[in-house]
Amino acid sequence: MAAAETAAAPASPDPRIGRTPLVEMKNIHIAFGGVHAVEDVSVDLYPGEVVGLLGHNGAGKSTLIKILSGAYQMDSGEIRIDGKPVKIESPRDARRYNIETIYQTLALADNLDAASNLFLGRELTTKLGFVDDARMEAETKKIVARLNPNFKKLKEPVKALSGGQRQSVAIARAVYFNAKILIMDEPTAALGVHESHMVAELIKELKAQGLGIFLISHDTREMMALCDRVAVMKNGRLIGMERVEDVTEDDILSMIILGKNPLREK
Amino acid sequence: MTDTAHEGARTRTSFIKQLEIDTRLLGMIGAFVLLCLAFDFITDGRFLTPRNIFNLTIQTVSVAIMATGMVFVIVMRHIDLSVGSLLAVCSAVMAMVQTLILPDWLGLGLNHPVTWVVAVTAGLIIGVAIGAMQGALIGYLTIPAFIVTLGGLLVWRNVAWYLTAGQTIGPLDSTFMKFGGINGTLGTNLSWAFAAVMSVAALFLIIAARRNKVRHGFPVKPLWAEAAMALIAVGAIVGFIAILNAYEVPRGRVRRMFEDGQIPDGFTLGYGLPISVLVLIAVAIVMTVIARRTRLGRYIFATGGNPDAADLSGINTRLLTVKVFALMGALCAISAVVAAARLANHTNDIGTLDELRVIAAAVIGGTALSGGIGTIYGAILGALIMQSLQSGMAMVGVDAPFQNIVVGLVLVLAVYIDIVYRKRTGGK
Ligand SMILES: Nc1ncnc2c1ncn2[C@@H]1O[C@H](COP(=O)(O)OP(=O)(O)O)[C@@H](O)[C@H]1O
Ligand SMILES: [Mg+2]
Repeated sequence: MAAAETAAAPASPDPRIGRTPLVEMKNIHIAFGGVHAVEDVSVDLYPGEVVGLLGHNGAGKSTLIKILSGAYQMDSGEIRIDGKPVKIESPRDARRYNIETIYQTLALADNLDAASNLFLGRELTTKLGFVDDARMEAETKKIVARLNPNFKKLKEPVKALSGGQRQSVAIARAVYFNAKILIMDEPTAALGVHESHMVAELIKELKAQGLGIFLISHDTREMMALCDRVAVMKNGRLIGMERVEDVTEDDILSMIILGKNPLREK
Repeated sequence: MTDTAHEGARTRTSFIKQLEIDTRLLGMIGAFVLLCLAFDFITDGRFLTPRNIFNLTIQTVSVAIMATGMVFVIVMRHIDLSVGSLLAVCSAVMAMVQTLILPDWLGLGLNHPVTWVVAVTAGLIIGVAIGAMQGALIGYLTIPAFIVTLGGLLVWRNVAWYLTAGQTIGPLDSTFMKFGGINGTLGTNLSWAFAAVMSVAALFLIIAARRNKVRHGFPVKPLWAEAAMALIAVGAIVGFIAILNAYEVPRGRVRRMFEDGQIPDGFTLGYGLPISVLVLIAVAIVMTVIARRTRLGRYIFATGGNPDAADLSGINTRLLTVKVFALMGALCAISAVVAAARLANHTNDIGTLDELRVIAAAVIGGTALSGGIGTIYGAILGALIMQSLQSGMAMVGVDAPFQNIVVGLVLVLAVYIDIVYRKRTGGK
């Protein structure tokens, strides 16, 4: 992976100037029974930008991004893609807007091989309409080789793969289908140090290609390094959304723990 | 793979590996062969006669057809306890269409040439409709399949009873009865032709698969392994047909076919391939193609492996559930054709306990109740093993209660062996 091509994130100029946001989520609400999982949250994302979502377990981060990926339906609020209001009612809708998601619990079918997983729901077919396994396997081989050179077990059910290899399959899916908006929910949670590093490099590369990325992670330091902006949530509410240059690690921690934004309260 | 890791140790396992045969399949075939040889030994050679093999095959068809559908149901992490009752309803409706509705109400008379087509179509419509309805209750209303189909077991069995007032209905249409087995066979010549077609198709598939691999730059088996596989496939096809052709029509019946009642010297007449077995082969091919080569099949297995992943990939898993149960219903209808035709009547208890035989066949055939894993050929082999066990014990003279006890124990043992096997091979 060509890490040298991308500058360190915080030093880059604000990519937002004079552009329409790729994604705007405005005043999003969703409740499960009596639990307000997400309450009046507004976030946006620009092309070539990485926005980090931080917060304790149960803060509502996964729920918020699942609304964008079509897994959950919001109770109220608005989503705009490229400035236009859109309805995302299913994962299929999200895919139509080039939104790809890498879920916290890896959304792979363990009994199928890498190619079947990569193309799940979007199989390549022959002229007669049958699934074209050979072509899908060849494509998978190409794309996975780029992401993870150690990846060899193409024919095995993904159950037999390591956490990093499984994550490669999930990421390959996003890359192969030309995601414009990428959602990564704790992509490194199940990975070792080396594999986490590979994912970080990949995020930089995709960012350089102009993708917008929502990244969820608990590693504040990693987030400071990778993200352009961070949004902190607590109990379903957005505490603050700041440029990484403007905050310290301590500021972020106090937002996470106390639920107050020190920058706005001075 | 090129298998560099095995270069040092050329063991027996690497030989099998190069053939790329599923070791699980090999184990099942091994068990089946042992079983047959044991029965043949105990019965002094009466078990492996053309006649008994012919009977075994036609007795297996009905359960085997439904077992292929049960594979999909179980792969999707569901169960269908209603198949025996569904078979009974389809059989009842088809029997009424051909003995009452068409001949009397519509005035077509008995044995009209369109009767069997109309009857089978009616059965299929009923089967698909009931299956789809049960699937909708399971998929959309999220009532557990176990409950919906347990209810279905009671409901449909008694709907059939009500429709026919518990009466045996028959005799059935003469064309329809050709689907029953011994009354409808291809004869030797057509059977040989069928064997030739199947052999050519098998060779074609093996060659096409190899070409496809080469085209995409994937490693291929050594040529000798490919040739060995081809030889095994063609040998199995030709051998099977040869056995069925060797079962001769009794002299008495042949004599009646000649006007003067004299059989010319050296004239013999073999039964050949029963039409019911042809139906099973067609079902097996279609179901295997669905499982491996269509999106429907891919989605069934994906959903069984991880329902959430399937949902998040944009697969409509609810509609998929409806489709799978509708397909199961269609297969129950096809089984009903074979079962009723074999009995020459619709009987009130037709298909009783078939749900258990069908589930057992699928499970013995390697379908995992935890979902995501199962093969069509496995289920058919499972049905064949069960039927052989039952027929063999009957032939040996084992008392009926012991027959059922043994079948029950074998089911549990088979699943245990499967669990051990999967643990050993890293849960494939
Ligand atoms: N499908 C659901 N049904 C009920 N409650 C849910 C569901 N999904 C999330 N929640 C609740 O919403 C809240 C936010 O959860 P989540 O978004 O997973 O938090 P995070 O990802 O920030 O750890 C939690 O209280 C969780 O229990
Ligand atoms: Mg989460």
